[in-house]
Amino acid sequence: MKAIWPINVTLAAVMVAGATLASEDGDRERGEQVFRQCASCHEVGEGAKNRVGPHLNGVFGRTAGTIEGVKYSKNMIRMGNDGLIWTDRTLDAYLENPRALVSKTRMSFRGIKDAQERRDVLAYLRVYSDDPSNIPEAEPTARGTDHDLDPAILALKGDPEYGEYLASECQTCHQSSGANDGIPGVSGWPEEDFVVAMHAYKRKLRPHPVMQMMAGRLSDEEIAALAAYFKDLE
Amino acid sequence: MKLNRRIFLGTGAAAAASLSAPTVFAAGSGKPRVVVVGGGAGGATAARYIAKDSKGEIDVMLIEPSREYYTCFFSNLYLGGLKEMDDLGHSYGGLAAGGVNVVHDWAIGVDRDAKTVALASGGSVPYDKLILSPGIDFVDGAVEGWDLSAQNAMPHAYKGGSQTELLKAQLMAMPEGGTFAMVAPPNPYRCPPGPYERVSMVAHYLKANNPTAKIIVADPKSKFSKQALFQEGWADIYGGMIDWIGQDFGGGNVSVDPVAMTLTIDGEANSVDVCNVIPAMKAGHIAELAGVTEGNWAPVNAADMSSKVDADVYVLGDSANQGDMPKSGFSANSQAKVCANAVRGALTGSRVFPAKFSNTCWSLIDTNNGVKVGATYEATDEKIAKVDGFISATGETAELRKTTYEESEGWYAGITADMFGA
Ligand SMILES: Cc1cc2nc3c(=O)[nH]c(=O)nc-3n(C[C@H](O)[C@H](O)[C@H](O)COP(=O)(O)OP(=O)(O)OC[C@H]3O[C@@H](n4cnc5c(N)ncnc54)[C@H](O)[C@@H]3O)c2cc1C
Repeated sequence: MKAIWPINVTLAAVMVAGATLASEDGDRERGEQVFRQCASCHEVGEGAKNRVGPHLNGVFGRTAGTIEGVKYSKNMIRMGNDGLIWTDRTLDAYLENPRALVSKTRMSFRGIKDAQERRDVLAYLRVYSDDPSNIPEAEPTARGTDHDLDPAILALKGDPEYGEYLASECQTCHQSSGANDGIPGVSGWPEEDFVVAMHAYKRKLRPHPVMQMMAGRLSDEEIAALAAYFKDLE
Repeated sequence: MKLNRRIFLGTGAAAAASLSAPTVFAAGSGKPRVVVVGGGAGGATAARYIAKDSKGEIDVMLIEPSREYYTCFFSNLYLGGLKEMDDLGHSYGGLAAGGVNVVHDWAIGVDRDAKTVALASGGSVPYDKLILSPGIDFVDGAVEGWDLSAQNAMPHAYKGGSQTELLKAQLMAMPEGGTFAMVAPPNPYRCPPGPYERVSMVAHYLKANNPTAKIIVADPKSKFSKQALFQEGWADIYGGMIDWIGQDFGGGNVSVDPVAMTLTIDGEANSVDVCNVIPAMKAGHIAELAGVTEGNWAPVNAADMSSKVDADVYVLGDSANQGDMPKSGFSANSQAKVCANAVRGALTGSRVFPAKFSNTCWSLIDTNNGVKVGATYEATDEKIAKVDGFISATGETAELRKTTYEESEGWYAGITADMFGA
């Protein structure tokens, strides 16, 4: 595939933080540069081994948390069991904000805010993934188109009182104390992470049938209200 | 039975009265009063939320005879040997600390004109809003040969605590190669997958401890909740141990003899060692005494769970006839929060938000083999109506089933903390 940007730019790829435009197809070579910040923990390419993080050969199409011998977070394993598969969409969301996709991931990395840089690094990684190699139209390497949230959604001011009422429904399972006895706590989450995570469920980027269902019927305002309430809950 | 607003003595209530607290109720402080009857999934949640959110503006009294609430949820895991009875008990201390006036007594009647609730220990308490969440009672004569006096020989174990312990003791005492029988209930009843999770957990116990034993289930229904998931597990894990006899094969035509210990299915008598009779159910008796039932259940308005008969009475959980939600602890807890928000709004003018309901029921088929079913609901003029749902699939990986089980542990911790404020 040749990158024919900027003609190829889609609206959905408008990014949130920097409001720069990203081309749909990344640039492998620039991606290799971007990958340097990952390389202290991840190897990719011939003979790549696991280091602090798993090797990234064949990461497209891989079920999350499944490389033998890697110490994953509980949440990563759970999400893998729930069906989180690394595709262009899910990797892009993960790279943008790791914690917002997989809460409490062991990957202590702030994320790559620049959408173009994410395109580039994914283009680089795609080279080391098996079939269908570098065919952006086909899963698992297919490009995501809706991973960036509309800035207007992130800008919504939530009504914390409504959030408190809505939160009571969450608290049947997510303990308000934040304790995790098999279902993770969500109290005290940064507002933006919360909004991104809920929209990721709503759009079925994050796996989990209960959460997809719960998020699926919340409006943008309701998600904002919940985020506004949970952020201050100790 | 038609409306009777007089004060009645409920069966069983008088007997329990000796346990109850002294009469404690002074006349009101001028604050609005909410009385909640029943400290289970619906009642405890409603009491806790109203007290917590009204920050002292409303007097909340909870009437509940037991000092310890033993959950029905996870009681099947206790039968299977995966939980201790102590794991299932919850005290009311957290509610009291949260500002709820917890009174250990039975409500024995409701005078809806005077707006008072009569207590077994004598005396009565006034209310502005009354919330009933008394769970279930059994329909008289539902299973030929069985009545409450037979519940020791043939336990239902469909209310928490001692009945569950009794059934477990009987299971453990079964002779080698003996027969465990269940008479399953007709719809609607509390916890649709409950009987079948129980069968799974009994089989789990027997497989390890009495592997030549048999399980027979006589069922008046021709299908049941999560059937494909259960039957897949029963075939794969428990071989030929479980014989489910549905309606098509005469499973609805049963009688029992608690003295001879026989279960007759479609004319054929079976000698059994344990017989778990789960009869047809109806709203907790106090709902009937309050005159808010129609048939076996209490019809309610979906928007706030208020009775269709009386706007100052609310009915939650298993007792309510609300529409599409299954009778579950999760549902009762969900309904309680909608109700609490509405009651608080009505009494103090606080903001009232639109009703949202949800339910998820996890069931355990074998160790680390959990499945789930769930849905979201909304209030329509007519009923609580289902919006969207999901169910686990057959053939899922062992890892996913384990994750699902671990999630159910998380849910149990979550809902009990949400009910009791522990
Ligand atoms: C075997 C089994 C397994 C189950 N598993 C699950 C599960 O996994 N998930 C789930 O969500 N649900 C489950 N359930 C269902 C769940 O237990 C009930 O749906 C839930 O408890 C209903 O809540 P409730 O408030 O209506 O009644 P309850 O929780 O039964 O509470 C009623 C309370 O009212 C009190 N009471 C009754 N009459 C009076 C009176 N006259 N005065 C004062 N107090 C009174 C009782 O003592 C009791 O404490 C299960 C049930 C069974 C039997």
